[in-house]
Amino acid sequence: MDNNTISIMGNSKNKSAVEKGAEVIFTSCGLLAVLAVVSITGYMIVSGAPALMQVGIADILFGSVWKPASDPASFGILYVILTSVVGTLMAIVIGVPVGLFTAIFLAEVAPPRLAAAVRPAVELLAGIPSVIYGLLGVLILNPLMYKLEIRIFEGSATHQYSGGANLISAVLVLALMILPTVVNISESALRAVPSHLKSASLALGATHMQTIFRVLVPAAKSGIMAAVVLGCGRAIGEAMAITLVSGSSVNIPLPFNSVRFLTTAIVAEMSYAEGLHRQVLFTIGLVLFIFIMAINVGLTRLFKKGEAKND
Amino acid sequence: MKKAGLALLAGVMALGMTACGQSAQETTAAATTAAATTAAAADTAADTEAETAEKAAEGAELSGSITLAGSTSMEKLANAVAETFMELHPDVTVQAEFTGSSAGVEAVLSGQSDIGDSSRNLTEDEKAKGAVENIVAIDGIAVITNTGNTVADLTKDQLIQLYTGQVTNWSDLGGESLPVVVVGREAGSGTRGAFEEILGIEDQCKYANELDSTGAVMARVASTPGSVGYVSLDVLDDTVKAFTLEGVEANEANIKDGSYFLSRPFVMATKGEISEQSELVQALFDYIYSAEGQELVKSVGLITVE
Repeated sequence: MDNNTISIMGNSKNKSAVEKGAEVIFTSCGLLAVLAVVSITGYMIVSGAPALMQVGIADILFGSVWKPASDPASFGILYVILTSVVGTLMAIVIGVPVGLFTAIFLAEVAPPRLAAAVRPAVELLAGIPSVIYGLLGVLILNPLMYKLEIRIFEGSATHQYSGGANLISAVLVLALMILPTVVNISESALRAVPSHLKSASLALGATHMQTIFRVLVPAAKSGIMAAVVLGCGRAIGEAMAITLVSGSSVNIPLPFNSVRFLTTAIVAEMSYAEGLHRQVLFTIGLVLFIFIMAINVGLTRLFKKGEAKND
Repeated sequence: MKKAGLALLAGVMALGMTACGQSAQETTAAATTAAATTAAAADTAADTEAETAEKAAEGAELSGSITLAGSTSMEKLANAVAETFMELHPDVTVQAEFTGSSAGVEAVLSGQSDIGDSSRNLTEDEKAKGAVENIVAIDGIAVITNTGNTVADLTKDQLIQLYTGQVTNWSDLGGESLPVVVVGREAGSGTRGAFEEILGIEDQCKYANELDSTGAVMARVASTPGSVGYVSLDVLDDTVKAFTLEGVEANEANIKDGSYFLSRPFVMATKGEISEQSELVQALFDYIYSAEGQELVKSVGLITVE
């Protein structure tokens, strides 16, 4: 009989071969991820830094005029950076309370049946492709925003009408998109709070709401912060949805201005850009990369802090 | 005669192979018979037909290199021509550089390149120096608005005022009181470059929306009351309304006869007439003016000259 299956119970020779083999496979998989991160970092720096030097760091980062195709060209991305920062913060300000309250609802308030209906809905939200968010934004959000814009700026001589494609539209889409991240992570953090804390609080006579806000949320703080930071990362890295709804003109990030984010700045002009213009787009990529790296480092710190506290 | 016949045979075979993409082994037998009948037909056909067949036969044996230099707006067309021409003639290399229209014409006059791409008509000065204007395609741009807009015609000045932000309400142009939403393309886009260049408003446009594709502009204008945008002529449909400019409707006929001003010729300038050029350059122009070449022109969104 021909027996091709390798069994670790067979003999010591097979056993050690399987052990070694598995070890090699796991190590190489681990190295692959490291290799990817290192090579991407290297590539971003190599392709993003030359333009930074050529145009001048201050001219790129703090210049407010973006005219890449004119002569002489001007590559100021200050407004673009500001838009990404302001847009992300606003999305967090809107998305985090809603997400946190949803998480509290799911973990504490909702009857099990209702929670069983809401949770999949939230998770489904995470599975919707971002371009769908963008399309819905164009079809539903932008026309509504335009009506609002016309009402607010009626008679204004200086306002440039953006047709509803503005910062608020982008922020609302972003806030919706970070919801699943915030809800899921906050909910697990809330559920991970040891039950004796809750029991003690209730036994001392605190109401359910007092217990939630005075005991559970503070105890789950590090997990909730992680949710916020992850949401931040998702929001700042999102391109497809907001490129459709934000109008994509480089402007100061005011609510009713058409704006361009770091991500959309790259997406919008990569197809025809050439020479220095193209290099500057890579520099924008580098700036975005640094932002996201900073967020990730912050996140790791937060986790470590949380762990130390729990120990 | 025998030699010419052989050359013809080889040419027809080569064409057959490249056109059908079949393997050489498969086609040998079939092509021989097919070529024989074609050759016979060519004998009886009119002189002009025989001539084109012979030219094609020459083309199959072409080798060498052609250099194109010039307009960045013509990048898509020049690259498409270069690629397909090199596919037809594997021994020929076509190099295309994009340095700008004037630099392209200068390069052809100084002999640095064989063909100078220019996205504008040649100046009298350039013509006097010996450059010949061979228009290979026409680039046409339509100005579109939402179907609800009552304004139907724009003058050149009005269009400039709209895009530079001097007019911000359609009531200034005789329409309803509705804010203008200025929609355009991203920096670096050929359509944007052409639009701003023809109107002479490079870098002065105040866009409310800068979108990165023609489709996005169409969608935005179709869904936003009071918006104005520009797109290549070939994508127009019922979802938007195209303005008449100075009373002239945006269509191929009006662009060809020159009455619609928002268009520009794509010129491949040569030093001296095409017939004075090398065989290679002549073959390239033959290709561009052939039915296949004109299809290529259409495929990159341009209007053919014929």
